[in-house]
Amino acid sequence: MPKITFIEHDGTQHTVDAEVGKTVMQAAMDNLVPGIDADCGGECSCATCHVMVNADWTGTVGGPNEAEDSMLDLNPERAANSRLSCQMTVSDDLDGLIVDLPEFQF
Amino acid sequence: MSEAPTLDMADFDPQDLALEDIDVSQRSIWIHDKKMAFFERLRDEAPVHYCKDSEYGPYWSVTRYKDIMEIDGNWQDFSSEPAITILEPEEDFPLPMFIAMDPPVHDEQRKTVQGSVAPANLKLMEETIRSRTQRVLDDLPIGEQFDWVDRVSIELTTQMLATLFDFPFEDRRKLTRWSDVATADEESGIVESEEARQAELYECLEYFTRLWHEREEQGERSDLVSMLAQGEATKNMTPQEYLGNLILLIVGGNDTTRNSMTGGVWALNQNPGEYAKLRNNPGVIPNMVSEIIRWQTPLAHMRRIANKDYVLDGQTIKAGDKVIMWYLSGNRDERSIDRPNEFIIDRDKARQHLSFGFGVHRCMGNRLAEMQLRILWEEVQKRFHMVEVIGEPKLVPSNFVHGYTEMQVVLHPH
Ligand code: HEM
Ligand code: FES
Repeated sequence: MPKITFIEHDGTQHTVDAEVGKTVMQAAMDNLVPGIDADCGGECSCATCHVMVNADWTGTVGGPNEAEDSMLDLNPERAANSRLSCQMTVSDDLDGLIVDLPEFQF
Repeated sequence: MSEAPTLDMADFDPQDLALEDIDVSQRSIWIHDKKMAFFERLRDEAPVHYCKDSEYGPYWSVTRYKDIMEIDGNWQDFSSEPAITILEPEEDFPLPMFIAMDPPVHDEQRKTVQGSVAPANLKLMEETIRSRTQRVLDDLPIGEQFDWVDRVSIELTTQMLATLFDFPFEDRRKLTRWSDVATADEESGIVESEEARQAELYECLEYFTRLWHEREEQGERSDLVSMLAQGEATKNMTPQEYLGNLILLIVGGNDTTRNSMTGGVWALNQNPGEYAKLRNNPGVIPNMVSEIIRWQTPLAHMRRIANKDYVLDGQTIKAGDKVIMWYLSGNRDERSIDRPNEFIIDRDKARQHLSFGFGVHRCMGNRLAEMQLRILWEEVQKRFHMVEVIGEPKLVPSNFVHGYTEMQVVLHPH
């Protein structure tokens, strides 16, 4: 299974096994990674599954889709590498992916 | 055919009515607290339900959690303009506000102010809010009956708004009044007439215009008036737009949080087992706050207008139709929420509720509201064994603001 590493704002790292076909958000939730709320359950409608993609991975992962982009815009702390993790599907290409978690979800 | 007399829903068991005769917007079922049974029938038998005639004209009711999520998340097909409640706006007194605008203008205006209630800024406000909360609680009488709505819920939300606007503290009850007036209609008893209502709202505008001029020149500040006065997307607003956005922030932050503060006490009183859980484990408070907000659902609905024909659960909503998303019903939908009628403070996935809406209009103040409620409960638990409700609270007679006008309580210290 591909491995994904979530880094909390305070630096704590969580490396988890992610199931192919599920979303990165689900991988975090299934493994009890703190710092992702996912209030809408993955419908791209709450923006509380915000992550920042590690610089080495932005090319592989790509940017947000249109709906995701408009939700991300609701966050003043949005960065250039921001994504909503419920809109990222786990695949073998993402094995080793590293994402940073924001200090707060909003 | 002569016009049939309107049925008073409150006289009926929902099961005894033909589906097509049901009108969940009727005030009587809200006044007599009978709406939940009507919503249950709609969820089971007509989750996308057309009411062909009501006080507000024809409208669709959407009552299931998943369907509400689908519509709320789809601003392209469901417009928030020109208003977000079932009631039609006053044509001669428009109050433009970004909650009732579609992208892109909505986004531009929201971006100007949302930083004020984003978590980083809230962290700076937390200590002020906590010390004010402590003061309000410390002044309450012990063992003596009083109105929790007035002494705690209104007082705390009003103080919070005064902090957000950096509003003269001694005048803060004006904010409460303006919030009540803004959502009043002639039947509410709050104002005598529509003219009186507008006159008071102009007073609000005048007061805030003074603050605007003072702050325009004062350099960067993080209060909401300064943000509006200095923001690129908002600094050239017309007076009516300024008033609209002020009212949005005042009403948005006021009734909702106020009624969650009251609703939480009421829910715990009706569920002594949950109250005991809270006493044994104050760590549950953040989770309980979400459960209170779900259980209360301070705004019972939001409305949209369909931009095109749209099929949902086999029904065709026509372009131009009014669609009401009943959050209060969706939050009781057993298809999406486990044991939805129960109040469970350590509920799994408690954050997954509809009370803040979803999509681009999702409540801007949701983290502020949660923080306020968390602080309130942390401080209440430090002081009191029980906030005991005496009798039953009085309900706001509205199908939009789902809350309380009065709730008598007695405090029991540890
Ligand atoms: C428990 C408390 C609260 C509840 C239940 C609540 C509920 C809601 C709901 C249902 C919406 C509309 C969502 C939609 O159309 O999808 C909304 C929007 C909004 N709320 Fe709240 N609210 C609360 C507290 C607050 C507070 C404290 C503020 C103060 C700043 C606030 C400001 C706003 C604003 C500005 C909007 C418009 C957002 C937009 O259109 O983009 N709310 N709220
Ligand atoms: S879980 Fe809500 S947007 Fe990702």
